[in-house]
Amino acid sequence: MSSDAPNLAAAARQVHDVDPTTPAPTAEQVRSLQQLEAVWRKPRGLVGFLTTTNHKDIGLRFVYTAFVFFFLAGLLALAIRVQLAVPNNTLLGPDLYNQFFTTHGSAMMFLFAVPVMEGMAIYLVPLMVGTRNTCFPRLMSYGYWVYLMGGITLFIALALNFGPDMGWFSYTPLAGPDYSPGKRVDFWSQMVTLVEIGSMSGAIATITTILKCRAPGMALNRIPLFVWAALVAAFMILFAMPAVTICSTLLSMDRLSHVSTHFFNHAEGGDHLLWQHLFWFFGHPDVYIIFLPATGFISAIIPTFARRKIFGYTPLVLSMIAIGFIGFGVWVHHMFVTPIPELGQGMFTASSLLITIPTGVQIFCWTATLWLGRPWLKSPLLFVLGFFGVFIMGGLTGVMIASVAVDTQAHDTFFVVAHLHYVLIGGMIFPLLGAILYWFPKWTGKMPGETLAKWSLALLFIGTNLTFYPLHHLGMGGMPRRIYTYLPETGWQPLNMLATLGAFTMGIGFLIFVINLWLSSRRGAPAGPNPWHAGTLEWATTSPPSTYNFANPPTCEGRDPVWDNSPDAAIVTNLDTDKREVLCTTTLDAQPHHRYEMSGDSWWPLVVAIATTVIFVAGFGFTPSWILPGCAILAIGLGAWFWVSAYRSLAVHHPEMPRDPRKD
Amino acid sequence: MIARRVLIFALALLAVGCTGEQAALNPAGAQAGRITSLWWLICWTCVVVYVLTIGAIVIGVVRKRRRADEPDAPAPPTTRPDPAREHRARIIVAAAVGVTVVILFVFMFSDFTAGRALASLAGDKSALTIKITGHQWWWEARYEDSTTSNTFTTANEIHIPVGRTIEFQLESADVIHSFWVPRLHGKKDMIPGHSTRTYLKADKPGVYYGQCAEFCGHQHANMRLVIIAQPHEEFESWRTAQIRPAGEPPFDNLKRGRDVFLKNSCVMCHTIRGTTAGGRLGPDLTHVGSRKLLASNIIPNKPGHLAGWILDPQKIKPGVRMPQNALDPHDLRALLEFLESLK
Repeated sequence: MSSDAPNLAAAARQVHDVDPTTPAPTAEQVRSLQQLEAVWRKPRGLVGFLTTTNHKDIGLRFVYTAFVFFFLAGLLALAIRVQLAVPNNTLLGPDLYNQFFTTHGSAMMFLFAVPVMEGMAIYLVPLMVGTRNTCFPRLMSYGYWVYLMGGITLFIALALNFGPDMGWFSYTPLAGPDYSPGKRVDFWSQMVTLVEIGSMSGAIATITTILKCRAPGMALNRIPLFVWAALVAAFMILFAMPAVTICSTLLSMDRLSHVSTHFFNHAEGGDHLLWQHLFWFFGHPDVYIIFLPATGFISAIIPTFARRKIFGYTPLVLSMIAIGFIGFGVWVHHMFVTPIPELGQGMFTASSLLITIPTGVQIFCWTATLWLGRPWLKSPLLFVLGFFGVFIMGGLTGVMIASVAVDTQAHDTFFVVAHLHYVLIGGMIFPLLGAILYWFPKWTGKMPGETLAKWSLALLFIGTNLTFYPLHHLGMGGMPRRIYTYLPETGWQPLNMLATLGAFTMGIGFLIFVINLWLSSRRGAPAGPNPWHAGTLEWATTSPPSTYNFANPPTCEGRDPVWDNSPDAAIVTNLDTDKREVLCTTTLDAQPHHRYEMSGDSWWPLVVAIATTVIFVAGFGFTPSWILPGCAILAIGLGAWFWVSAYRSLAVHHPEMPRDPRKD
Repeated sequence: MIARRVLIFALALLAVGCTGEQAALNPAGAQAGRITSLWWLICWTCVVVYVLTIGAIVIGVVRKRRRADEPDAPAPPTTRPDPAREHRARIIVAAAVGVTVVILFVFMFSDFTAGRALASLAGDKSALTIKITGHQWWWEARYEDSTTSNTFTTANEIHIPVGRTIEFQLESADVIHSFWVPRLHGKKDMIPGHSTRTYLKADKPGVYYGQCAEFCGHQHANMRLVIIAQPHEEFESWRTAQIRPAGEPPFDNLKRGRDVFLKNSCVMCHTIRGTTAGGRLGPDLTHVGSRKLLASNIIPNKPGHLAGWILDPQKIKPGVRMPQNALDPHDLRALLEFLESLK
């Protein structure tokens, strides 16, 4: 037996602990575990880091990277708040201030909120549906690399004083060649293109995994709610992100002196409202792409800590799907003060109010689950309660500004800044931090500390309200957003000072949260496979899960398989353990359909990501002559990626496959 | 006592949205008044909804939470809930959704009604038409009149008669700006290539501040606007004065000031009607001496401030289009006197 045999045996025993009716592992089982371990192991060191296609590595990498960008964007937010604390402040000056708020918004939306949710989905979905990896693992790895390149592009630009300075929605003509000469906007638009290509890649991997690789028996009406949320969000990504990549590409073509198109030049027949329509057709669904996975977290946390099945599974699923559709029909409410015909405005007021209904259904169902259950007040649930306090406020101010008349006053003021931060911090940060505490035992094997978690929640809750509540009043007091200074006569100073204090309170809250995780990962109590006694499949394996997730992938007999499965529930056997094989199931009923070998670790996604970066940053950002060399590397990279994997999977690893008669 | 002071201080802070000189909820015109009443209807309804929802959640959690003496371990999960309780919960949730739908319909129809009311000024034939053009970072105002010789252009300080409908035609010379005077009406974007309009009416005389609401570059923060609403006669006498071109300066020193203006780069961008200065890039200065504020309403119109602005505008508004001007002290003094004389 090799040296890691004790670990394997321990792992097998841990599986045995989850379900004591599972017999202790036999020598045969230990051998197949060893084989699995060898097949799924990633190479050591840097090579492994650069080539891995394991969903847990890449998912966590998305999460960590997103939090690095979150930290940087948070520092920018503190600088912004310090600048606004007193009137006529000269600390930053307009040039730096404009770069800071633009980079803050862009990083939070493009580099943090969407990628962190995708990362959580990439980590959790295969575990929750009971399979070994995401489908298209190399595409997912490619998605990470282009996202990273995009993020680095933005922050390198900022560090070189080339940061974008036209606001995160980059309205033309201010972002056009006439009013933003230089390369600032180009860095921004290439960042957008790269990051959204990454999002779409991750979304394709997530959708395919959910539709094709679920545990046998996990029919559509048994999919965990977080997985539903990830599915709807991934579909929204597929339909929304192309709009913004078109935006950024058309803008770069307008700006490139070699191309000089006139999509956004009214003097030559272009139109500035075209930009706004295209951008918000992405921009508003984007909010739901961020919010839906958060509702998935809440639907996972609440039943576990209310100690009962979720109330209203079907309405919750239908609400998410409804949000997915209606989310694409509300974008004009960002444009209520542009010349849009009144009838059109009325239609978008109606749809913006309509989307409140599915959100309301979700909140009522969660409340009912809490009422009908027996709440166990651990920190993940407390963060969800924080979500209710902050998010509902943001949701209601959203209802207020759905009205055209009210919006003509609130639009582009600090009232809207308050609204969007209540929605995004309440609707996304609180559930996300709760989710991190909830799944922390799964990915580290250690329990998170409760005391520090409660402290961080208290500081974050107070800080959020202290920072953003006064902004409602400032906005109605006439303070527009994106101003780098204001006159003392306006009387806006005390509330701004209060908001700045709140921002630092939040900063301390985040710091304590991180310290807590760091301490817990070092000296937390061992978690065991299922510390919260939860019901979904990710808790039916070891903590942290092995590289192949499940020694024998489980089957599913109900919506909460760990709670619902009978003691003698079937397991998936006879998958080949000498290659990365998974079971594909049918889309609707999750009946076993065929066995499928996943592609292995590879350098090529990284090569193709570098080629993509060259094409967009150098080619579209600076001079088109870079596009051709970029495409050459891209062709080589993609050729190697597909050819080698196709050759290996068909010719070498499937000796038992029926022969192709045409080749004989 | 201290608690009371803190309370008063807190209330004063929170009153910012309702009492300030630029506060949307402190209406001075019919349009802003209509929006304010819709605002309070929706706002108070939302407050009630918030309190009820949060209350339900808090009670739900607190009601059956574990007591301190119970072990800190999860109870076995309920996988087969009691059907009778589920049924009751289903009815309550359905009722809550029903109430939500009703509230949303009320909001929708009151918004449509408010929209109709706001649009009703549009057909007013007696409206005074003012064309506002947004520039980076100031406001050009042209008062239209059926008699061509009675049209005139001014900047940043807009006088209007009380009680008369004003039609603002909004255009932009460069990037998108947004015209917003919160105490009179909501905002309207000025988009290059699109001509937009907004209608408002001031109910009482006063000085109403506003500023550009759509991010428009470096000095977006300092693109401020003042509307001065005056009784009819006062407005007419102001208008008559504004129509007049600048006369021949009566004193030598003022003549010297005018020559300084005409011989330096000032003339490239500014117009003074009655002289040969006809630049169109900057504000019309024919009656600059009559304005209360300078530099798009951020500094007082006093000789010291004006001198600082002329010599180094970049220090006051970094990034502004106006260049620095190196002037001989005597020339500067003459120029200041000349400009201040343009009432």
